Amino acid sequence: MAKSIDVSDLNIYYGDFLAVSGVNMTVKARQVTAFIGPSGCGKSTVLRTLNRMHEVIPGARVEGKVVVDGQSLYDPSVDPVAVRRQIGMVFQRPNPFPTMSIYDNVLAGNKLNARKMKKSEADDIVERSLKGANLWNEVKDRLSKPGMGLSGGQQQRLCIARAIAVRPQVLLMDEPCSALDPISTSAIEDLIHELKSEYTIVIVTHNMQQAARVSDDTGFFNLKATGEPGQLVEFNPTKKMFTNPDNEATEAYISGRFG
Amino acid sequence: MTDTLHEPFHTDPSTDLSTHVPLTKPQLPSIATTLAAAVSWGLAGLPALLLSWPIAGWVVVGWILFVLALPTWSGLIEGGRKAVDRLVTILVWSTFALAMLPLVAVIYTVVERGAGALSVEFFTASQQGVLGEGGGIYHAIMGTLIITVIASVISIPIGIMAAVYLVEYGKNNRLSRTLTFLVDVMTGIPSIVAGLFALALFTLLLGPLPRIAIGGSIALSVLMIPIVVRSTEEMLKLVPDELREGALALGVPKWRTITKVVLPTALGGIVTGATLAVARVAGETAPLLLIAGTLRGTNFNPFDGAMQTLPVLIFGEATRGGLAEYVPFQIERAWGAALVLIMIVMLLNLLARVVGSFFSPKTGR
Ligand SMILES: Nc1ncnc2c1ncn2[C@@H]1O[C@H](COP(=O)(O)OP(=O)(O)OP(=O)(O)O)[C@@H](O)[C@H]1O
Ligand SMILES: [Mg+2]
Repeated sequence: MAKSIDVSDLNIYYGDFLAVSGVNMTVKARQVTAFIGPSGCGKSTVLRTLNRMHEVIPGARVEGKVVVDGQSLYDPSVDPVAVRRQIGMVFQRPNPFPTMSIYDNVLAGNKLNARKMKKSEADDIVERSLKGANLWNEVKDRLSKPGMGLSGGQQQRLCIARAIAVRPQVLLMDEPCSALDPISTSAIEDLIHELKSEYTIVIVTHNMQQAARVSDDTGFFNLKATGEPGQLVEFNPTKKMFTNPDNEATEAYISGRFG
Repeated sequence: MTDTLHEPFHTDPSTDLSTHVPLTKPQLPSIATTLAAAVSWGLAGLPALLLSWPIAGWVVVGWILFVLALPTWSGLIEGGRKAVDRLVTILVWSTFALAMLPLVAVIYTVVERGAGALSVEFFTASQQGVLGEGGGIYHAIMGTLIITVIASVISIPIGIMAAVYLVEYGKNNRLSRTLTFLVDVMTGIPSIVAGLFALALFTLLLGPLPRIAIGGSIALSVLMIPIVVRSTEEMLKLVPDELREGALALGVPKWRTITKVVLPTALGGIVTGATLAVARVAGETAPLLLIAGTLRGTNFNPFDGAMQTLPVLIFGEATRGGLAEYVPFQIERAWGAALVLIMIVMLLNLLARVVGSFFSPKTGR
């Protein structure tokens, strides 16, 4: 069920601009992998290549290989839609659908694909997903209200609920807690722990403690130099990364002695 | 020299900014604007009465006094920034009033002259066999409705689909750039040329001097399509890419993302744009005169023969001439038809607003 992801020699471009170069790593199945690194070093960019969302941007392209359970993602015969159904994503900025109610937003993955289901089944999915995202108590009385009427942090949790409602096998989360208070953050971390037993999770975070708390492996991204492409500096088990990193820059970044 | 440089920033407590920042300022009373206006136009009224100026002269002189008086007064009491604010406020309101003037004047004239013509017969009878008094414009109302509805049915889907291509698929490739250019050119086509196009087309199909209502619809479509493409395109561009990405990331195919997320999000604006395009072509005269022709009776068949429409009827009645005793009735009928046409267009605009606000995404709490 859960999938591992092998990335080898990945170069990522926006048009002619090489944003990230030479990424090699293995994201293990049923584990949480965290990406850390300074702003603009390409964490979101790498994350988006893992479910073929990168190519949605005009001119964006990828060189190298991403292999998910033996299948090469960028093989010409691979259908990006099928990839995205299995590898879900929570974006850095919340993006609920403005025309839909809270209820419909959670079910968007099913409804937009015209998947038929019973009312009771749909209700179950909505409740389970919203509870998972720690939003249920706040919205259970106004499920039919528009999703845009929620606060920023609530919208972010709504988007998390929407992503887990379709039960993807891999979940990519781009700074899912950046707009959340400590209580919701810890609820999301609980959710990550829970999902880990079934799913593979990759999370981008600027919060070192969070990376240390939730992840099994950590990748540290950094720019080679200003104006140079981003790169994966170090990829190691989180324990090792936070106690005895291989790379000096990693240690400097983690301990806060950095730029 | 050095002393002043090394002096601490605040020495004298009376100039200490951190404790003495005044937050209040003298202000004009809230009736100042009304007062200044009354005084300005009152002053202008004296010479106006004495020298018996026309009303326009009085208004203009009063306005000039007002523009000078209120900002000056404000400048003396409230200071420069407020004075400029008041001056610009006056200018903005004045230009707004100026822009409204022709609109109000047109509506006033049309209502004044056309209201008398309205009656039940006016809406239910055609002009079959009527020369002077009596008869109605039922045939023209129906003609305008039929021709405009067909034109909308042709151009709204084409326009929306073209815009979807340009925004969602074209992504600035050569074809989409060419299309955008052609649409821009089409926007500038004079309506008479659209009429000539339809005339030429149906001359090829039906022989010389064809009279056919569907030809009118096609001519109107030529005028409508670029408007619909343009307005829809702008609306689609307003839909944030994050929404498209949100849907795509859920494994939704692109066509479903467009039909179920992008179009619904932009629907309010699209409907408004389409309705405004309809309103815009409903009053076209020249192309209809060329191809749909003119008729005194009612014709419901758009594929056969001439069909009367409101603009063509107005043109015809206002320019026909004929027996002197008939002319006043013809002129009155023209004004009445003009009033009906304006009402139809206004109704469409109103409808566009209602529909637009009905469909637009809600944040509702
Ligand atoms: N759509 C785009 N078009 C062109 N360049 C882009 C685009 N998105 C990102 N980039 C560039 O790619 C590089 C990496 O950006 P990315 O968003 O991946 O950074 P990040 O590590 O996620 O930063 P943050 O922590 O601030 O989210 C940056 O130099 C950025 O300017
Ligand atoms: Mg980012």
